[in-house]
Amino acid sequence: MMANHLHHKLNRKEWTIDIVDERTEHHYQPGYLFLPFDIYKPEDIIKSIKDFIPSDVNLITKKIDRIVADENYIQMAGGDQLHYDVLIIATGAKIAPEETEGMSGEHWHQSVFDFYTFEGALALRNKLRDWKGGNLVIHITEMPIKCPVAPLEFAFLADSYFQHKKMRDKVNITYVTPLSGAFTKPKSTAALEHLLQEKNIAIESDFAIAEVDNENKTIVDYGGKAIPFDLLVTVPTNKGDELMARSGLGDDLNYVPTNKETLQSKAHANIFVIGDATNIPASKAGSVAHFEAEILTENILHFIKNESLAASFDGHANCFIETGDSKALLIDFNYTHEPVSGKFPFAGIGPLGLLKESRMNHWGKLAFRWIYWNVLLKGTPIPFVSAHMSTAGKNFN
Amino acid sequence: MEKIIAQKTVQVNEEGYLTNFAEWNKEIGEEIAKENNIALSPKHWEVINYIQNEFKNEVPLTIRKIGKSGVVDIKEFYALFPVGPLKTATKIAGIPKPASCI
Repeated sequence: MMANHLHHKLNRKEWTIDIVDERTEHHYQPGYLFLPFDIYKPEDIIKSIKDFIPSDVNLITKKIDRIVADENYIQMAGGDQLHYDVLIIATGAKIAPEETEGMSGEHWHQSVFDFYTFEGALALRNKLRDWKGGNLVIHITEMPIKCPVAPLEFAFLADSYFQHKKMRDKVNITYVTPLSGAFTKPKSTAALEHLLQEKNIAIESDFAIAEVDNENKTIVDYGGKAIPFDLLVTVPTNKGDELMARSGLGDDLNYVPTNKETLQSKAHANIFVIGDATNIPASKAGSVAHFEAEILTENILHFIKNESLAASFDGHANCFIETGDSKALLIDFNYTHEPVSGKFPFAGIGPLGLLKESRMNHWGKLAFRWIYWNVLLKGTPIPFVSAHMSTAGKNFN
Repeated sequence: MEKIIAQKTVQVNEEGYLTNFAEWNKEIGEEIAKENNIALSPKHWEVINYIQNEFKNEVPLTIRKIGKSGVVDIKEFYALFPVGPLKTATKIAGIPKPASCI
């Protein structure tokens, strides 16, 4: 995304752009949510990285050993070094089941699953295809996590999936969260808890997991509360890339301390950070990285001209929440404004309703996959949706 | 909004967290603890002092961080503040509810 932005904007007689990625495939991570329910197929969510790289940008498919920030170079695993004038870190966040005792034990990908990896989502699909029912526990280990609405969407989609399979009466669904309610912001929590109730999904809040007890098939919290499961779908602790720990650039969860407005690293002026790799208090959602990219492009151009970093990120996030039965909600928020009801993107008109279930929002969510591959990765702004959140058309009281 | 805690008028938000740490004192801490059915022991105060210091240093607080603080481990932290330990401990300490959950 940044390469696509910058290759238009930089003077290419003075600048070369390299992208280092150890993988050759790019995954549409929001698609992992749909894989377990046979809504998407693997081929819908995987494409070759090189299809998205502009022809005048070098793609280097290698593993990085560490970033030597004090000397402005990257040490490759093979021994090569790559020097830089400006570095953008976009290494994302990953699950770390090993952070919780017993989680990656004998039941891992047998009756304990994640859906934040391709392997996990696929293994879960195969499990669900012939699961006979019982206690389904959907669980968040600790915040922050990528796409904080995904586990809720999983619960809603599971309800709808088992209804279509005519076995909803054989499945108890419990949603277990370390938060004190269904979501992190008050108004959407109220709306989402109402939906959970309507769909007969039980909620256990303030649950801070201490361990997965593999023998008794329960999850146990620090207060001693135990919740039994036949099938546990968990979102393990999320962490930034190990590379940040190896390079001494991360915090205790390997996220890079970053200025939440300019997106500049706090420790090194010529390092910028985007997306889930930062420690900024914005949602770890794909839309956030998209909005950040526009701000970051401006600030990098300022930086190389020795100007002050004038562009300021406001924490804007915009998320569709699948609620099952071909309906979805839409939320739009930032650092200071929580999601509320209203119309989007045109005040008073919509066509999308905020914080309200509709089929239109569901089609919006499905259309988003096309937008992702064809618009977002190419760094094209989404029409009518700006990097800064708009307060027009929203009901704040 | 205003609230009288331990005979002192302080500013609190709708969830009862003090909005100005300068208005906090030990008696207020004791009173909020009592409202949450907690009798403060020296160990409780050690934790409260630790999180107040982290707040003054502008370090974001998480349960994970407290577990690694050397003051208590997570299990002890839960034993001291049984229901939502970080939320309760920050409320008693007179600092904002941690915004670690987005």
